[in-house]
Amino acid sequence: MALSRRGLMAAAAATPFLMRVEDALAQGIQPKRGGTLNTIVNPEPPVLHVGVNNQAPTLIVGGKIFQGLLRYSAKLEPMPELAKRWEVSPDGLEYTFHLQENVRFHDGKPMTAEDVVFSIMKFHMELSPRARGVFARIKEGVAVDPQTVKFTLSAPFEPFLLMFDVTVSAIVPKHLFEGQDYRQAPAVQKPVGTGPFRFAEWQRGNFIRLERFDGYWKPNQPYLDAIIYRVIPDSQSRRLALETGQVILTQSNDIEPFDVPQMRAQPNLEVQTAGWEYFGPLMWVELNHRVKPLDDVRVRRALAHAVNRDFIAQRLWFGIGKPATGPVASTTRFHEPGAKMPAYDVEAAKKLLDEAGLKPNGQGVRFAIKHMSLPYGEVFTRLAEFLRQSLRQVGVDLQLESVDVGTWAQRTANWDFDTTINYLYQYGDPTLGVERSYVSTNIKKILFSNVSGYANPKVDELFTEARDAADPKQRQASFSAVQKILVEDVPLVWLMEMAFPTIHDRKLHNVITSGAGVHASFDDVFLA
Amino acid sequence: MEPSRLPAFLLGRVVKAAIVILAIVVCNFFLIHAAPGDPASIIAGQSGAADARFLAQLRAQFGLDQPLYVQLWLYLKGVLTLDLGFSHRQQMSVAALLWDRLPATLLLTGAAFVFALVIGVSMGALAARRVGTWSDSLITVLALAFYATPLFWVGLMLVLLFSVTLEWLPSFGMASVGVEMSGLAAVLDVGEHLILPGLTLGLFYVAVYARLTRATMLEVADQDFVKTARAKGVPEGRILRRHILRNALLPVITFAGIQAGQLIGGSILVETVFAWPGIGRLAFEALLARDYQVLMGVFFLTSVMVVLFNLITDLLYAIVDPRVEVSR
Repeated sequence: MALSRRGLMAAAAATPFLMRVEDALAQGIQPKRGGTLNTIVNPEPPVLHVGVNNQAPTLIVGGKIFQGLLRYSAKLEPMPELAKRWEVSPDGLEYTFHLQENVRFHDGKPMTAEDVVFSIMKFHMELSPRARGVFARIKEGVAVDPQTVKFTLSAPFEPFLLMFDVTVSAIVPKHLFEGQDYRQAPAVQKPVGTGPFRFAEWQRGNFIRLERFDGYWKPNQPYLDAIIYRVIPDSQSRRLALETGQVILTQSNDIEPFDVPQMRAQPNLEVQTAGWEYFGPLMWVELNHRVKPLDDVRVRRALAHAVNRDFIAQRLWFGIGKPATGPVASTTRFHEPGAKMPAYDVEAAKKLLDEAGLKPNGQGVRFAIKHMSLPYGEVFTRLAEFLRQSLRQVGVDLQLESVDVGTWAQRTANWDFDTTINYLYQYGDPTLGVERSYVSTNIKKILFSNVSGYANPKVDELFTEARDAADPKQRQASFSAVQKILVEDVPLVWLMEMAFPTIHDRKLHNVITSGAGVHASFDDVFLA
Repeated sequence: MEPSRLPAFLLGRVVKAAIVILAIVVCNFFLIHAAPGDPASIIAGQSGAADARFLAQLRAQFGLDQPLYVQLWLYLKGVLTLDLGFSHRQQMSVAALLWDRLPATLLLTGAAFVFALVIGVSMGALAARRVGTWSDSLITVLALAFYATPLFWVGLMLVLLFSVTLEWLPSFGMASVGVEMSGLAAVLDVGEHLILPGLTLGLFYVAVYARLTRATMLEVADQDFVKTARAKGVPEGRILRRHILRNALLPVITFAGIQAGQLIGGSILVETVFAWPGIGRLAFEALLARDYQVLMGVFFLTSVMVVLFNLITDLLYAIVDPRVEVSR
C-alpha cells in the first residue's frame, strides 16, 4: 500500500472534526433516527432565550433551539454552522459570511441576512455585555444579499471570529423582536430559532421538552425525536437518576466531582471532560489588594507557594480539570508555556513571609485573613477547608465565612471581601476573557471586573497592544510578556483549569464533537 | 355555640386576620430587601459577564431603581387588588407561577396529611388500648424512630430501597415524562411517584399523632366518666370511640391545624430530594435568586393559609367539644 500507517494517522489528526458521524461509522455504528434523550438541567433556567439570559443552563438548553454563524473545534478553529463559508479581508477589517441555504425558523419563516444583521447589530448589542464590548467595534453591518452578510470593523480585531458561537451571538428572528422591548417580547417565553429542536413544553420545576424540528436545514437530521431536560435539584438524586438509567446524560455541575469515580466504574457509562475548551474556565483565589498585607507581592507569592494545586485537581476534583500554571489556561489561545506561577513549596512560602516582616506569634500565626467560600456546592466548601489547612502550614489563619449566592455576588462586586474563590470563562482568547481581570481600567464595583484592584501600567499597556494588533504573532509577543509579568506579580492565586464531567450512556453517540461540548445543537447525536 | 354569635365572631376574626396579614406583608418586604444582593447582581453573577449598563437596565426593568418606600407602596397596592406582581427574572406573573406549582404541593402535602392523620391516630389508639403489651411497645418504638430520624435521610433510604435495590418505584419527579397516558394509567403513574415523597413527609407526623393520641387517650381513660360508662355496661369498643378518643382529640386537632397551615408552604427538603415541582422549591429558589416578587407571593399565600386554618381549628374545637366556646 502506498499510504503508510503514519500517513493515515497524520491525515486523521489534520481533520479531527470532519470525523464525526464518520467516526461512528468506522466503528460499525450507523446513525439511527428516533428515540428520546432524557437528561438533566440544573439549576432550572429562568427563561430559555439565549440572548436574554446567559446562564450556563440556559445556554445548554437554548443551544439546541438556536444556532450561531459558526462553531468551534477543541482547538478553537471556526467551523461552519449557519455560515457555510466566510472571508476576511487582508487588512482584517472586512468579514463576509455566506449563509447556508434553506434555513428556516421554527415558525416557518426563512432565515436571511437581515436576521443576522439584526441579531448582531441590534439584539445582542442591546442585551449582552459580552457581545456589546466587541460588536461596538463594528462600523457597519450590511446584508449584501439574502445569503451574504458583511461586517466592517473600525479597527482590526483579531479575535473577532471567535464571537459567533450560539452561546454569544445566536441568530434570532428579526420579525419577532423588531420594534419591541427585546426582554419582554412574547418570543422570550416561546423561543423560536433555527436549531434542530424546537421548544415544545416547559412545566416549571419539572421538565423542559424539546421536539425534533422537521424543517431543519440539514437533510435527515436531527436523529433524535425529542430531548427532555428533567429538573432535579438535589445532587444525590441526580446521581441516582443517572445510575438507574432514568436519565442517560448529565453535564456541567450535575454530578459532584466526588461522585465521578463511581460513575467511571459503571460499565455502561462514559465520562468525558472534553468540550469546555471554547469557554476555558479558570479558577483562582481572588485577593483583595486593598486589604493588608495582600498588597505586598511577597505575601501573594507566599500564598501561591503554600497551595498544592495538584492535590486540588486530583483529590478534590478527582482529575476533572488540571492544575493552573498561570493566568491564561493552556487551552486558550496565546497561552505562554514559559510563564510559570510559583510552585508548591512550603519552605519558600515561609521564607517570603519572614522577609515581608510577618513573623509567627506564640500560636504560630503570622496574620489572619477572611475567606468567603464560593456557594456553588459541596466541592467548593471542601476547597475552602483545604485552603485553610494549606495556609495554616505557613502560619496564615484563614477564617472561613459561609454566604449564599446573592451575598457572595454583592460582596464580591463591592470589594467587600479579603479573599474568595472565583472562576471565569476565558472565551478562547485573552482579550475576550483574561484582560478584564487584570487591567486597571476595569477596576469597577461590578462582578467579573478587576475586583482585586490590581494595577500595573505595564500590564495595561501590553493588554492594549495585544487587543489592537492585527497580527497574531505580534499579539503572541505581547501576551507572552504580560503572562511573564503576571506570574511574578501574582495578583490572584490561580488554582485550576476547570472542566466539567459529561457522563452518558454508551448507547448515546456524538455527544462531544466541538470545543463547546454539550452546548452544541445535538443535530448529529443519536441513540444506537 | 349559639348560632347568633357566629357571624359576629367570624367578622371580628376576619378583620383581625386582614390586619395580621398586612403586617406580615410589610415585614416580609423589609426582611427580603434587607438580604444582601439583588436580583440584578445575581443574574449578572450567573451570566459570567456584566457591565454598568447591563445592571442599570435590569434594575430599571425590575423597578429596583425606585426608592424603597415607592416599591413598598406599589407592592401593597398590588396585594390589595390581589395582584401579586410579576417575576421579571422568569418573565411570568407571580400568580401564574404559584398557580403552576399549587396542585403539586397540595397533592403531596394533602396526601401526607391524610396519611399521617389516619395512620397516626389509629396507631396511637391501638397502642393506648393495648398499653403495656408488645404491640404497644412496637408502636412506641416505631413512633420514636420516625420522630427522631431526619427527613432527608428517611427519603434517601426509601429511595435506596424502593428505587435502586427493588426497582419498584421512581425516585424523582411527579409523573413519567414523554409517555402519552390518559385516565387511570395517568392517575396510577402520579400515584406511583407520590408514594415515596408522601411517605417521607408523612412519617414524622405519623409519629407526632401516634404519640399525642396515645398519651391523651391514656390520660382520659383514667377519668371518672369513663369508669362510669364502663360501670353502666357500655361495650368497650364504644367507650373507646365515643368516650375516650373523642375527648383525646383536642390536642390532635391543635396539631393538625398547625400542619394544615403548612400545606401550602410545602416542604423544601422533600420537594428537593424527590424533584417534586412544588411551592417549597419555588420559594427556596426565589430566595436564592432574590426573586423578591415570587418570594413575597409565596409568603403572602402561606400567611393567608395559616390564618385561615387557625380559624378553622378554632371552629372545630367547638364542634368536637361543645364546652369550648368561640370568642373573639
